[in-house]
Amino acid sequence: MVVLWTDALIFILLSILVTFSLSVRKKAHLQRPIKKIVTSKTAMISLLVLVFFVAIGLLDSIHFKSSETRTHEIISLLDYWATPIREQSEKTYSAPFSAYSYSKETLYLANGSTQWGYPRLTFAGSHLKNPEAELLFDVAKKALSGFCKGAGLVIFLSLLLRYFFNKKDMSLTHKQTIRSVWLVCFFLFAISYMLVELSSFYHVLGTDKVGEDVFFQAIKSIRTGLVIGSLTTMIMLPLAITFGIMAGFFRGWVDDIIQYIYTTLNSIPGVLLIAASILMVQVYMTNHAEDFNSLIIRSDMRLLFLCLILGVTSWTGLCRMLRAETLKLREMEYVQAAQALGVKRVVILSRHILPNVMHIVLISVVLDFSALVLAEAVLSYINIGVDPTTYSWGNMINGARLEMARDPIVWWSLLASFIFMFSLVLAANLFADSVRNAFDPRRTEEKR
Amino acid sequence: MDQALLQVTNLSVAFKNEKVVDAINFEVYPAETFALVGESGSGKSITALSVLRLLPAAAHFSATDIKLQNESLLTITESNFCKIRGRRIAFIFQDPMSSLNPVMTIGDQIAEVIQIHFNLSKTEIKNTVFELLRQVEMPVSERRINEYPHQLSGGQRQRVMIAIALAGKPDLLIADEPTTALDVTIQAQILILLKSIQAQTGMALWLISHDLALVSNMADRIAVMQNGKIVETNTTQLFFKQAKHPYSLSLLAALPSMQSCVDKTVEPVEEQETCLLKVENFKVYYPIRKGFFKRIVDHVKAVDDVSFNLYSAKTLALVGESGCGKTTLGKGLLRLIPHTAGRVLLNNIELTALRGSAVGKMCSEIQIVFQDPFAAMNPRMLVGEIIEEGIKSLHPEINIEQRQQRVRHLLQQVELPETAVLRYPHEFSGGQRQRICIARALAVEPKLIVCDEPTSALDVSVQAQIIKLFKNLQQEHDLSYLFITHDLAVVAEIADDVAVMYQGKIVEMGKVEQVLMRPKHQYTRKLLDAVPVV
Repeated sequence: MVVLWTDALIFILLSILVTFSLSVRKKAHLQRPIKKIVTSKTAMISLLVLVFFVAIGLLDSIHFKSSETRTHEIISLLDYWATPIREQSEKTYSAPFSAYSYSKETLYLANGSTQWGYPRLTFAGSHLKNPEAELLFDVAKKALSGFCKGAGLVIFLSLLLRYFFNKKDMSLTHKQTIRSVWLVCFFLFAISYMLVELSSFYHVLGTDKVGEDVFFQAIKSIRTGLVIGSLTTMIMLPLAITFGIMAGFFRGWVDDIIQYIYTTLNSIPGVLLIAASILMVQVYMTNHAEDFNSLIIRSDMRLLFLCLILGVTSWTGLCRMLRAETLKLREMEYVQAAQALGVKRVVILSRHILPNVMHIVLISVVLDFSALVLAEAVLSYINIGVDPTTYSWGNMINGARLEMARDPIVWWSLLASFIFMFSLVLAANLFADSVRNAFDPRRTEEKR
Repeated sequence: MDQALLQVTNLSVAFKNEKVVDAINFEVYPAETFALVGESGSGKSITALSVLRLLPAAAHFSATDIKLQNESLLTITESNFCKIRGRRIAFIFQDPMSSLNPVMTIGDQIAEVIQIHFNLSKTEIKNTVFELLRQVEMPVSERRINEYPHQLSGGQRQRVMIAIALAGKPDLLIADEPTTALDVTIQAQILILLKSIQAQTGMALWLISHDLALVSNMADRIAVMQNGKIVETNTTQLFFKQAKHPYSLSLLAALPSMQSCVDKTVEPVEEQETCLLKVENFKVYYPIRKGFFKRIVDHVKAVDDVSFNLYSAKTLALVGESGCGKTTLGKGLLRLIPHTAGRVLLNNIELTALRGSAVGKMCSEIQIVFQDPFAAMNPRMLVGEIIEEGIKSLHPEINIEQRQQRVRHLLQQVELPETAVLRYPHEFSGGQRQRICIARALAVEPKLIVCDEPTSALDVSVQAQIIKLFKNLQQEHDLSYLFITHDLAVVAEIADDVAVMYQGKIVEMGKVEQVLMRPKHQYTRKLLDAVPVV
């Protein structure tokens, strides 16, 4: 068992989230918003998709030293389970579900002559004798069997659950929600099972330039995306919230200082700071080579520092918005009433100001989440993003720059990263939206 | 009677399943003033908007007929309707600040209407704008035309709004609460102006208001609206003599009257009147800073050398128009706004000299109730939490059960159900919210409550209830009130003493009957004259 820095932070974050949501469940007045989330279709479906992504990310965050391989490299649980896909790499590009390479080379035929053509792939479709005739049928057969196995698993689980928790006193909307959640669950698991089954025989989303499976890359990138999105936010939020609220509430010299800080920070080009800090880390790691003896430890350190520096450079926007909102709120009569009641300033900040700016925080965090994943892609472009050996959507998109210019075009890398990023960001957006709606007391009233 | 200018038959408007306007019929005749009166939420503004087809998209609208001089407004196409809006029917909104475009000069805004409806040359338009401004009695000059809305006072802005409405030479002018956002003296001026313009142009005026007293001086005919229905229509004279419908009667009964202070049983006081609050030479100045180093060049004297005494279990009303410094004074006493000079003594303890933890103790002696019950409570806190907040911070030694019992008791006192504890403020009506605010202030058992216009955002009938509640609480708890208000009728109902403020100074002070009935200062007289009386 090896614990990397980002692993530790992810698990700490997760435990904070779990304890927080457990404590929320006990509060009497929060029952209504929670019930609203639970009965909302969009919220539950997007939550399911999010949980699915997070689960993959977590599997990918449990690292240990592999005993099987000679090098004793550090691998994650996900790597371990996906060993066949991970190691079955081809020579170069190959299209999804293809048994042939995507680029021509000289083929040595059995009779000794040579021919200029597409060679067979080393792994994908190697069980087929005559790919042209059998491929389609074989793919369909394997897909169907995978789908059925996955579907069977879900149905078995649902029957099991129904046997243990048989509740009849549920509202109609709740029932409908549960039904649609099960439906999404059904397709999600059946299709993933199908893809897993297929990818042990084919490259479902093709291979990249060095012949690595793109589907595997996209799956591995989930962790990078989640880490960048969540850790950066965790660094950014405390800065933005404390500074923004303090500047707006106390005004005067506190406001002046905070404004100077973020104006200064904002006027330094972010790329410059990021490049500088990434270089610093590189130099540090070269000087302390004995502590960073593995490739994965080095790339993890770089990822952590990227999150750190992205967090430090990106809090200013939210801070400014919170300052403006607090300036408005502090003049509200309920804040003055609290002052007249002798409530301490810290309590006023946490009880009266913070809950009333939370909707801004939630919206901008979710929007920033997608912006950060994209920022990572842009930074990879100029080589100061995550380590080139780290799988990330940014790196995939960056690679696609050349692939799109190639003739014939290689489209699957871009498409794969797009689909995965899209579904993650969309699920996060929809879920955050329903959470915000549910916890706004004025809105709960309207909908009733 | 002549033929009706506007005839509305069977008009209904609904939002989702809720009917806001329910099958109403009325007519407006040429050159008359027709008043539609009702409390907030009765559907009077929606009625006006639906005649002009300006309803929000969510509204469902139906009517048998709406006729403007024999022409049915229901069948006209939208593009033709634009020629009616502003040209034949004009509209004045309640808030002149938000209905003027802040980045256009007032001259341009008036000219815009003329350009749309008439085909005139540039100089002709300019002359018309001048003429209109003269008509609304604005001091006309080249400079004034090029001014922006923020450079004008509230009354002047409303005059500009009227000029814009008049620009189309309309047959019917709809005025939706045209003076609610204005001071009494300005209100009187604007109403006189509307009357004189009506006399000049012969247009019909459809006045929408909640203020029966104001309407009684203006209107020829009155229609009373309740829950989307017109319950009574009558000429003004007959209405005030012999209103029939119980709702109209209750509205009339709820009207606070200036006379009420006269019949107050004058107790043989003077003997044990103890002075609770003594304010000496109180000043609140705001510095005006200029230049690079922000030097203080001058001061805005919001509260300028004010002294008064407030006796225990009595009510002192602080009267004045907006901007006279009455709210600043109230907040200054609570130290919500830092004061510049002066002394405040509560039970002979000098509050202004208190520092540190002693300030907290003072908080339980003086509390405040604000004007707007919608803004005065944190929308994300439960009513129970709101009320117990003061107890928590000032008496942390009280345990949870006692605290909750106290909250329930307080809710009882302000006549709210105990179940309110677990609900949010927005689930209550304006009057109920004001009760919650009062409960919050009472929670820490204060001796003095500063009431900052606590009834001005409420309907007349609710206002009467709240005033009654204030009086009951005063008797039960021996409370003193510093009652800040601009409404002299309310003063007559509740106050024992009155102080009239003008430009940061108290110009007249005395017993309520003496000040309201035999005013000495000319400003007090001016204020009293401007109050519309039934």
